[in-house]
Amino acid sequence: MLVNLKRIARYGFIGFVRNGFVSLAAVLIMTITLFVVAGLIIAGAALSSTLKQVTEKVDVTVYFTTEASEEQITEIQRSIEMDPSVAFVRYVSREEALAVFRERHQNDQLTLQALDELGENPLGASLEIRAKETSQYESIAESLRAQQEAAASANVIDKINFYQNKAAIDRLTSIIETSRRIGIAVMLILGLATLLIAFNTIRLAIYTTRDEIGVMNLVGASRWYVRGPFMIAGVLYGLVSGLTVLLLLYPLTLWLGPGSERFFGSFNVFSYFLSAFPLIFLVVVGSGVGLGALSSYLAVRRYLYT
Amino acid sequence: MIYYDKVTKAYNEGPPAVQDVTLTIEPGEFVSIVGHSGAGKTTLLKMLYAETQPTEGAIYFRSREIKALSAQELRELRRNIGTIFQDFRLLPTKTVYENIAFALEVAGKSDDDIAADVPHVLELVGLAEKLWSFPSELSGGEQQRIAIARAIVNQPDVLIADEPTGNLDPINAHDVVEILKKINDLGTTVFLATHNKSVVDSVGRRVVTMDQGRIVRDDKSGKYLL
Repeated sequence: MLVNLKRIARYGFIGFVRNGFVSLAAVLIMTITLFVVAGLIIAGAALSSTLKQVTEKVDVTVYFTTEASEEQITEIQRSIEMDPSVAFVRYVSREEALAVFRERHQNDQLTLQALDELGENPLGASLEIRAKETSQYESIAESLRAQQEAAASANVIDKINFYQNKAAIDRLTSIIETSRRIGIAVMLILGLATLLIAFNTIRLAIYTTRDEIGVMNLVGASRWYVRGPFMIAGVLYGLVSGLTVLLLLYPLTLWLGPGSERFFGSFNVFSYFLSAFPLIFLVVVGSGVGLGALSSYLAVRRYLYT
Repeated sequence: MIYYDKVTKAYNEGPPAVQDVTLTIEPGEFVSIVGHSGAGKTTLLKMLYAETQPTEGAIYFRSREIKALSAQELRELRRNIGTIFQDFRLLPTKTVYENIAFALEVAGKSDDDIAADVPHVLELVGLAEKLWSFPSELSGGEQQRIAIARAIVNQPDVLIADEPTGNLDPINAHDVVEILKKINDLGTTVFLATHNKSVVDSVGRRVVTMDQGRIVRDDKSGKYLL
């Protein structure tokens, strides 16, 4: 058994080297395939990061009246936090709101003077609410409005800014959903097309050796003894192509890094490549090796007759 | 040892390639199958090593029906039947040594046995010095002798030779026939298909003549007559 494995591995390696031109063609096609796979991973990450950034810019703010007590606000905050669609809630006190206001208008002496003349803090406290999904803002705002109506007599909630921004949030939600769906569809189609091309290249490579497979059958070789070396060669195609892609990606992402950061906001292709290297390595080399072995397995099967 | 029992083989179109053939071959015989192209010689041989199956009738090898063999038994049968062809069918990316070693490896021989057997069998076919050549570096006659070496290295009971001299000049053809006779003298049954008159006449053993898929003559010590 061990001897057979050793012989299969040796013939696989010999076949890879001696069928140099066919191997080169297969490796080139697989390199392109795996490049597309890596590109899809990076593009997917860039899309998610951009969408996340945009999503993070959206929130719902509940402004309280100046008369609202801290207990009343805390109670509302607690009830909001119990909603599973809420990611987090930030309490902005009256003092903090005033400090932010002052900072924002530090060059506007007229406004600051007017504020000082008022003698008391005219700003109410607020709660900044961020939902897990942009589509969930509507339901959060709805439940807040219900609370606003219930607490109307107590005169606690001044306004909920969701309704001012509703049109923009709705549009953003639909853009995010559409881009996500288109992104997945494009990735699936591109991924499938390149996989098919790579699979067919390996099939062609094995087609050229179909007579050899026939001879191996004739001298009484078992299926695995015939198939094994071709699968090893397929694994080698995947391994060499995968490593080539990773080697090419380093300088390429380094070069694209600053540009990508300008284009996407905070997404840097090179930093992503470095931080997600284990994942990219696993997916690119793993799919290369898997694709090579599976394609060879299926292609040889056609010519085995015992 | 080999028994064709009313064997017919029909392909999809046209008349059957082999029709109602009954033939017995005893151990140690040298049988030449002769006939024009398309007479059914190759199909008759192919059915023996199960590259194709008869549509009617049965073929027995050592009293076992070939059609009834399991995949494992079929592989064992093939290791017991050496085959050589007009187009040599060597593995082009393997050296002469590896081509012959391959047949021994599939039979489960150890590396030490292989290292001993390969040079020995190459000596038998007179090509001991070509161990590390690739098939493309050899002449047709040399390639055919390597194919013979591969076919006999497992010491099979039967050697099937399908037009082994078809691509060779008369001198190389003569050499190949001499090797086949030597192998037969050592006890291996040889089953030779050819349409080369001089080859058959130089063998001078049993001649079975086929025409349009049927056996039309079977001479114990015959010549090529058509």
